[in-house]
Amino acid sequence: MSNRPRANSNLPLLRGLTRARRSPLVLPGMTRRRTLQAGGAAAAALALSACGVGGQQRDPAASGDYWADKERTGSLRFANWPLYMDSDRTQLQQFTEATGIEVEYKEDVQEAASFFGQIQPRLANGDDTGYDLMVLPNGFELAKLIELGYLVQLDHAKLPNYAEYAGETYKNTAYDPGNQYTVPYTSGITGIAYNPDYIDREITSIADLWDPEFEGKVGMMGDAQEIANFGLLLNGVNPAESTLEDWEAAAEKLREQRDAGIVRAYYDQDFIQPLTNGDLWMTMAWSGDIYQQNAEEGTNLKFIVPDEGATLWTDNLMIPYTSQAPVDAIELMDFLYDPEIATGLTEYIAYITPVPHAQEVMAEWADAEDGSERGEALREMAESSLVFPSEGDYQKLHNYVNLEADAQEEFASLFHEITQS
Amino acid sequence: MNRKITPYALVLPAWAWLALFFVVPIGGMLSLSLTTGNVVTGFQQTFAVGNYVDAVSTYWEQILRSLFYGACATVLCIVIGYPMAYWIAFKGGPYKSTYLLLILLPFFVSFVLRTISWRFLLSDSGVVLGPLKSMGLLPEGFALLNSAPAVILGLAYNFLPFMILPIYAVLERMDPRMVEAAHDLYAGRAQAFVRVILPVSLPGVFAGVLMTFIPTSSDYVNASVLGGTHNTMIGNVIQTQYLINNNYPIASSITFVLMGLLLIGIFSYARALGTERVMEVHA
Repeated sequence: MSNRPRANSNLPLLRGLTRARRSPLVLPGMTRRRTLQAGGAAAAALALSACGVGGQQRDPAASGDYWADKERTGSLRFANWPLYMDSDRTQLQQFTEATGIEVEYKEDVQEAASFFGQIQPRLANGDDTGYDLMVLPNGFELAKLIELGYLVQLDHAKLPNYAEYAGETYKNTAYDPGNQYTVPYTSGITGIAYNPDYIDREITSIADLWDPEFEGKVGMMGDAQEIANFGLLLNGVNPAESTLEDWEAAAEKLREQRDAGIVRAYYDQDFIQPLTNGDLWMTMAWSGDIYQQNAEEGTNLKFIVPDEGATLWTDNLMIPYTSQAPVDAIELMDFLYDPEIATGLTEYIAYITPVPHAQEVMAEWADAEDGSERGEALREMAESSLVFPSEGDYQKLHNYVNLEADAQEEFASLFHEITQS
Repeated sequence: MNRKITPYALVLPAWAWLALFFVVPIGGMLSLSLTTGNVVTGFQQTFAVGNYVDAVSTYWEQILRSLFYGACATVLCIVIGYPMAYWIAFKGGPYKSTYLLLILLPFFVSFVLRTISWRFLLSDSGVVLGPLKSMGLLPEGFALLNSAPAVILGLAYNFLPFMILPIYAVLERMDPRMVEAAHDLYAGRAQAFVRVILPVSLPGVFAGVLMTFIPTSSDYVNASVLGGTHNTMIGNVIQTQYLINNNYPIASSITFVLMGLLLIGIFSYARALGTERVMEVHA
């Protein structure tokens, strides 16, 4: 790995950062530094509060009209999560070499909800958010942005690499049908991780998380959608097609699990440390975190996609409608779908790339570097089902529940009632 | 500038600051707590008092728990902090400021980080429980992390200096001759403490209680880092409602309910202590 930039040896611990949903982190296991961000949300709230505010919704201009008068500007501002690209920003350097477009890269997205709180009032006023391209997960915030009409409809004629190289799963995502507004940046699986030092049997199913044998040693996620998905899958329901009755049944199961004392705590993304030191024996977990922890720290944590299925989440690239450089932004979007570029990005972040062809490229790189440490690591990654899920794995992966804003409230309060007991 | 206006002119920036950055936002929040709607459709000012009913009926458990945890942590702070303050004030000698610096030292490290480090301290086979378990003093399955005691300990630890400093400030200003006088009047050490030192130090304790009880009751970091199931505090709920659910009306209502309860608590406490005694200026 000598010529490969690394953040530092704590990287795996920090890895959770890239998946921070509810908490921004800067350090291992550290979950909330939200005092500052609360400012953003409060500002948004106040902006909306002034004696009530009318609808925030805008009608997005039709794609063709929007792009008609847009020109390349030669620079763009890109908001991303921490540790979602190596510290040298290799892929952006390659982009600048290839196109001449300078990228101002900002690790400003610490958490989807507060980031939404930060940009929402500006978008409502039609002001520049300070970003031309941003990365957000397929969660409530993305649904709201689409619903509010705050995202640019993509001109797919400008996305040839995407058309050619994106995997089928990433071409017509459930949360953005036809990918009108977003293209995937990277994906991950929410599955089950367990520590074989403490559990001497194979863990294969979500039902194992309900096993009284592991009382007080099971970790669940605090995020409403993540936990709902597991409750739904346990009941044999596909989250994407679930109904209110299904949610209530899932919540009931989760409540039983909690009240039986099986759950130790609900985690944001700080489950790695407790899992390593034995406070937790098994937990809901994200694939990339476990891969990184094992690769970096030499731990032997196991990650499985349970029999009932698991969920595939995706962080997506999108352009806010007030972007100052949409043409540059869409060029970068497409550039990241070049298999060589996607491979380089995957090598660093160890999450699932939407470009399946990257697996072959990575194997070629591994051959070229054969015998070196980097070659080993590349080989291992190219063969890992955590980074390149098999067709069979994909069969078992589901999309999230997709909700309109008014249903979100009901859904969230149902499941927060469990995690925030 | 004439002599009459000068004092007002001097205090004007502070008042302007408070008006702008405290009163205005609070007014906004109050208005927000009486709206209905969501982020997408906007919030309409409907004077929905129902928000308060919803907030209390849904979260009364977390509200009571927060006040209880806050009270426990505050008592713990008094128990640990008072002797410490006493010792520094009366026995610190030339090293008083060094000891105070040591007490403030944790503040040089991020609040969240310090709380996280307690996870390592309290983990099942960590620094504290590990040795006790290997000596057989604790059962193998004993756990402290992710429980109410862990949250309360964390709260007490994080806010301890806020208890020590005001008590120290009062004791330090106390004239030692008062204690001598007590002894001259045949008071034993215990009597002197109960009849002289304690009453004199009460304003410090009062200030310390305010400075620990209010932030501990509304804290959310400790509960989320050290808590488990059934340990959620109201701060966590407010944070979730604001930042995750964007349910600003409910979040604002809870905030005002909590504020109201804290104010009521503080005033009854001040009344119980005897306000004139507390507010008295000790020269």
